[in-house]
Amino acid sequence: MGIMKVLVGFIILWPLAGFLFNGLGRNYWSKKVIAYKATGYIVASFIASIFAFIYVQEHGATTVHYFDFINTATVKIPFDFKVDALSSLFLLVITGVGSLIHLYSTAYMKEEAAPHYARYFSYLNLFIFSMLILVLGDNYVVMFIGWEGVGLCSYLLIGYWFTNGNYNYAAKKAFIMNRIGDLGFLLAIFWLIVKLGSVNYSEVLTAESLSKLSSADITGITLLLFVGAMGKSAQIPLFTWLPDAMAGPTPVSALIHAATMVTAGIYMITRSNLLFSHSELTQNVIAIIGISTALLAATIAIKQNDIKKVLAYSTVSQLGYMFLGLGVGAYSGAVFHVITHAFFKALLFLGAGSVIHAMHHEQDIRKMGGLKSKLPITHLTFLIGCIAIAGVPPFSGFFSKDEILAAAFAKSPIYWVLGVIGAAMTAFYMFRLYTTTFLGKFRGSSDQENHVHESPLAMTLPLILLAIASALAGAIGIPEMMGGHHWLSHNLIPIVGEPIELGLSHSLEWTLMAVSVSIAILALLFAISIYKKKTDEEPLTALGKFLYHKWHIDELYNEGIVQPLNRFAGFLKDIIEKQVIDGAVNGTGKLIQYSARKVRLIQNGQVGYYILFMVFGIILLFMIWFNDISILLFFNKLTKN
Amino acid sequence: MPIQYYIYFCLALFSIGVVGVLTRRNAIIVFMCIELMLNAVNLLLVAFSKMYNGIALQNGASVTAGIDAQIFVFFIMVVAAAEVSIGLAIIVMMYRNTHSIDINFLNRLKN
Repeated sequence: MGIMKVLVGFIILWPLAGFLFNGLGRNYWSKKVIAYKATGYIVASFIASIFAFIYVQEHGATTVHYFDFINTATVKIPFDFKVDALSSLFLLVITGVGSLIHLYSTAYMKEEAAPHYARYFSYLNLFIFSMLILVLGDNYVVMFIGWEGVGLCSYLLIGYWFTNGNYNYAAKKAFIMNRIGDLGFLLAIFWLIVKLGSVNYSEVLTAESLSKLSSADITGITLLLFVGAMGKSAQIPLFTWLPDAMAGPTPVSALIHAATMVTAGIYMITRSNLLFSHSELTQNVIAIIGISTALLAATIAIKQNDIKKVLAYSTVSQLGYMFLGLGVGAYSGAVFHVITHAFFKALLFLGAGSVIHAMHHEQDIRKMGGLKSKLPITHLTFLIGCIAIAGVPPFSGFFSKDEILAAAFAKSPIYWVLGVIGAAMTAFYMFRLYTTTFLGKFRGSSDQENHVHESPLAMTLPLILLAIASALAGAIGIPEMMGGHHWLSHNLIPIVGEPIELGLSHSLEWTLMAVSVSIAILALLFAISIYKKKTDEEPLTALGKFLYHKWHIDELYNEGIVQPLNRFAGFLKDIIEKQVIDGAVNGTGKLIQYSARKVRLIQNGQVGYYILFMVFGIILLFMIWFNDISILLFFNKLTKN
Repeated sequence: MPIQYYIYFCLALFSIGVVGVLTRRNAIIVFMCIELMLNAVNLLLVAFSKMYNGIALQNGASVTAGIDAQIFVFFIMVVAAAEVSIGLAIIVMMYRNTHSIDINFLNRLKN
């Protein structure tokens, strides 16, 4: 308990210290100091996280109490942190991948001026701080604080190059779409407070509190929580912000928009799995939205030509898989995929960053090609990432994706078929990306060709480490049918319960696995054979154009939601505000001025008039004071006497 | 005599005073009308005093019941007299300055 309090304090406060150090001193420190400090704080946090993880493995979950955040007669919200199997895993991923990305950023952002360099790192540290609060919080309110914090940092970092107006729009779009989801999360929190008077996991997520909630309550709360997850984790219909968020620096995309923040929704649902398991409707909604997102984003990714856009849609698609896993009850599978995805997607983004760096900020893959020999380390690590995401055994993506697919098959074979189609598309677009970028002939300008160079060690070292992790991370979840132990699902039993019995025979599982893997391998070979020679030019077919323009969803939102809202706002501004409200205010003033001009003529200096009005006034007073009847009664009373 | 006779009479007297003040321009006549109103009130005070005194005597109260209203009448008379002396003095000064006692003439003081 005592050790944990110090340890958690260290984990959380190091990034905060880094934020304050770089944020306040951004005009004073040299770039070297900034880079060392920012990275060092996160590495320190990582080391503390390792200790926390070991502690949890030995002693079990621990809750540490710091102070009471809100303390009223009816609601008590303590500022508590919970370190258990789930949050300690996330701690390792966040600080581990975070450290590597900080290290990478020190080289990637080298061209920035020192104050901006410091600003960048302070945002990045603040992000890690918020993310740690999010996963460590012991109740939904503390989680929400972190939830908003990461949203803010995402906004700040997407709009990091704030002189570019489009980037600012992208930042605003991300922020606003997240806010829509956050509203759902907030409402769910309020609902919990009203019904249970508590938001602590230890009180909400118990059989006792479930008995206090009607099934409508559970469905409502879980759906609202899912709306929050939708915004943060970029699911239909709130996914369009994530591809635009690629406006930020590439390491930011790797850290926030691939490895950590976007998985917050999965973390939240896994954390509240007890509630979600009790609502059939919500689970179906999650599974359907998850698989549709996975497919939709995969189709878009096939036709994109911006290296980061492909990866962004791939992220959306992979998040869809995770939600499919959550929807079919494979919580540990979803967490497994979060972890492997964090490795290989961070790797892919950083690899893309290395390519962009080498190509002097060229992001169009049609102008690349043949980079294999020029960027050997980047090429090799990127290839490992592609193989991992395509689901080729024995790389990590295979194990996690297959666990989700097996659970999906147990729920409904349709999910499985769609999932395998999505996996085939994933393999196809990833190897389209790989082939166009690294194989074939160089297609950029000769000036670019002369300057192409492998990135410095600070950038390649994270790539190598992440490549190793991407290749081997599957080891934490080797299924029992392969003679493994599935360490991860055993480790998560305190949080998500015993793994569900799928009821599938081993031979069936082997078959499913073989089918999905062989389809993925066929797809990737197909992609290599197509794109080895040529690249995608502007698409000609209707379907190609449709996919290239991202299903026209942005336009649809623009026409369907943004424009009507704008028109409504215009109506409020021009008609209601200018005519009705201003009219009422100005009208009152004019009326008073006009009547004053008329009434003041009464004051004409003739004493006689004054007296006359005085008499009228007195008579009027009498009539009000004693109205007619009472005057009559007065006289009647006198008469009787 | 029933009290309402007094009331109607005083009402009439008071109204004549009011109308006089409102309509006449001669300052002295306005003054007289003010006196008329004061005296209407005086008369009413005396009448009510008398009526109240009569009722009180029937109920066995002391003879002095209700006579404080008559004391008020004297006060009013004194005040009226003082007012008249000041008022007439003003009128005299006004006449010396303007050779007129038309009250509307005085609105030239405005501005």
